Amino acid sequence: MATIPVSTSASVPDPLATDKRYKLLEAAMRKHGYQAHALIEALHTAQEAFGFLDDFTLRHVARALRLPPSKVYGVTTFYNHFTLKPQGAHTCVVCTGTACYIKGAQRLLAAVEREWHIKPGGTTADNTLSLLQARCFGSCAAAPVYSMDGAIRGSAAAETLVDDVRHSLNSVAQAEKAVDA
Amino acid sequence: MNREELTHAAETEQQAQARYEHHVHVCTGTACAALQSEQIVTDLKKELVKHGLQRSCHVKSVGCPGLCALGPLVKVSGAVAANEASPAASDQGTQYQRVTPQDVPDIAASVASGAPVERLRLPTDTPFFTRQHKIVLQNCGEVDPEKIEDYIARGGYSAMLKAVGEMTPQMVIDEITRSGLRGRGGAGFPTGLKWATVAKADPGRYPLRVPQGMSARKFVICNGDEGDPGAFMDRSVMEGDPHRVLEGLIIAAYAVGASQGYFYVRAEYPLAVKRLRTAIRHAQRAGLLGNGIAGTNFNFDVEIRLGAGAFVCGEETALIASIEGGRGVPRPRPPYPAESGLWGCPTLINNVETLANIAPIVANGAAWFSGIGTEKSRGTKVFALTGQVQNSGLIEVPMGISLREVVFDIGGGVPDGRSFKAVQTGGPSGGCIAAEHLDMPVDYESLAKVGSIMGSGGMIVMDDSTDMVEIARFFMEFCMDESCGKCVPCRAGTAQMHGLLTKIQRGAATSRDLDLLSGLCDMVKQCSLCGLGQSAPNPVVSTMRYFRPEYDRKIKGAS
Repeated sequence: MATIPVSTSASVPDPLATDKRYKLLEAAMRKHGYQAHALIEALHTAQEAFGFLDDFTLRHVARALRLPPSKVYGVTTFYNHFTLKPQGAHTCVVCTGTACYIKGAQRLLAAVEREWHIKPGGTTADNTLSLLQARCFGSCAAAPVYSMDGAIRGSAAAETLVDDVRHSLNSVAQAEKAVDA
Repeated sequence: MNREELTHAAETEQQAQARYEHHVHVCTGTACAALQSEQIVTDLKKELVKHGLQRSCHVKSVGCPGLCALGPLVKVSGAVAANEASPAASDQGTQYQRVTPQDVPDIAASVASGAPVERLRLPTDTPFFTRQHKIVLQNCGEVDPEKIEDYIARGGYSAMLKAVGEMTPQMVIDEITRSGLRGRGGAGFPTGLKWATVAKADPGRYPLRVPQGMSARKFVICNGDEGDPGAFMDRSVMEGDPHRVLEGLIIAAYAVGASQGYFYVRAEYPLAVKRLRTAIRHAQRAGLLGNGIAGTNFNFDVEIRLGAGAFVCGEETALIASIEGGRGVPRPRPPYPAESGLWGCPTLINNVETLANIAPIVANGAAWFSGIGTEKSRGTKVFALTGQVQNSGLIEVPMGISLREVVFDIGGGVPDGRSFKAVQTGGPSGGCIAAEHLDMPVDYESLAKVGSIMGSGGMIVMDDSTDMVEIARFFMEFCMDESCGKCVPCRAGTAQMHGLLTKIQRGAATSRDLDLLSGLCDMVKQCSLCGLGQSAPNPVVSTMRYFRPEYDRKIKGAS
């Protein structure tokens, strides 16, 4: 956190004024009267709006709730759900809960690693795919389970997962090409 | 809303439903929704129009009916007359399994013709259905979770209005105490005793830190932070019957004198959060939440707080710290939350399943509830039966049933011709139970005696191909990652135990390492601050107890 500029200079437009997503964050904090207990709710709202929590946003939340930045940073890093890094365009989450573990979740992770050379928590160099692991989706009857861009799929084999991820990546690439054309 | 208005609302809805000749229930819980069950609902509605049945057939999205392994599940049943809209009457019908959107035209045609689609039919006379005893899950798979009228039509909120309108808080607490209900979160603390402590607690005894503008001085919290991997009971109940949990929470608030409540739910359960939000909004609109509930001076409101992926937040003091907006770190008890909890105020924390038991107890009486189960463990327990078992899914059984009945009769045994090795209960805090204890009754004391715990209800079946040392290592890795880091025995102990287990798995350990591991287990268990650390060694202790040869075989120099 040490290297972060405290305020934006006059020549740079203020993101608080120009970026509409900050309005959502503002509303969440206002709802709780800008009190300290709104911190986690505010972080949830910010992460939903921005996809991750950058230092500017964390400082903004700290100022608005009158909390020391160390407390905001501490809470953000305590909880697994919050992320400080931007995610790839697509996210594949493999469940590594007990039922999925017994039924071969490691094979799914290994397949993604083999194919795209990323470990859990990592993002491909071209920022197209992030691989995450989850504690438990609570869909254990369909183990092993993974989710591709939010859609949960069950009873997965490593090959179907790889096909599915490739399909998601390709379909968007094609759509982009179509738009460019 | 008072009792007359509630009865009127129930009758209106029952009559509205009785106008339909056919009822189709489609499970849209998380597991079935992953297999396109929402598409099935949309397609089915369109398809029924083709048969001209849109006015006589009612298609309803429902919560989890239990057998997730064979989902998506669709149930078609005939008319239910208004005067017999009892759960038993609507349980009849044809159950279909593994339905895909391609099967929809056949199902629609069968509704029209009356002849069931045999290839999809799921027999309901199997032990999976007949051996269960549903109290908590009574409405799951029957009621539309996003429609308060449907819940009311099935007798919902009448227990709450009975408690608030006709009983004193003390009478409610006495009823719960007499029922013998114990906390379903795992530890099994008597619920009535917990309620009585909060009711008696004086909000001024400990320093208060209540935020500005908040008038409440006592709180109730529903613990929906179901963090055990392999457990999904609470998710299914919150998704399938959110009003039941809300009703339990309102009754609890009335009994202990709280005016503000919280649902603390995992962020990983978006559907449960959405359905609870809808339920709260509908209850507020119906006057079942807010100021002056049922024409009395009882005020109560509820908010939802999202968890953020920390297992330790299932521990009550950590959960409170999280609601207060801080890191979910536990603190030493006493004082217990019942005396000094949220913002220093007396706070009641109950698990989702505990609260789902409240309305039936108030409605049917303590004697009815205490007639189910065993001497010390009354009522039923919901389990998430998963792993290497034929019928994985959600089940509810009376306490005292044997593990053998659960795994082999209800669960259908181990698939693929393999043999049973162990069943794991209680997640990372529990233990593995070996085959020799299969005939043991399932209750709090018996499970503790064999080195496991009841836990929140995850039950994972393992077959002979499972490496028990690897399972112990898996759970220890979980506890190591999830340790909040506040106390040294847990923070350092879990890391050391994980290191030793990894060493054993690598084949580099000596018999001295095994001794060291058991010594560490004892130390972490005795010295840790909260339940996470105190129970973290359980998987290691229980696997070493029942599967010691597997450890010995991996020791360096073993042949």
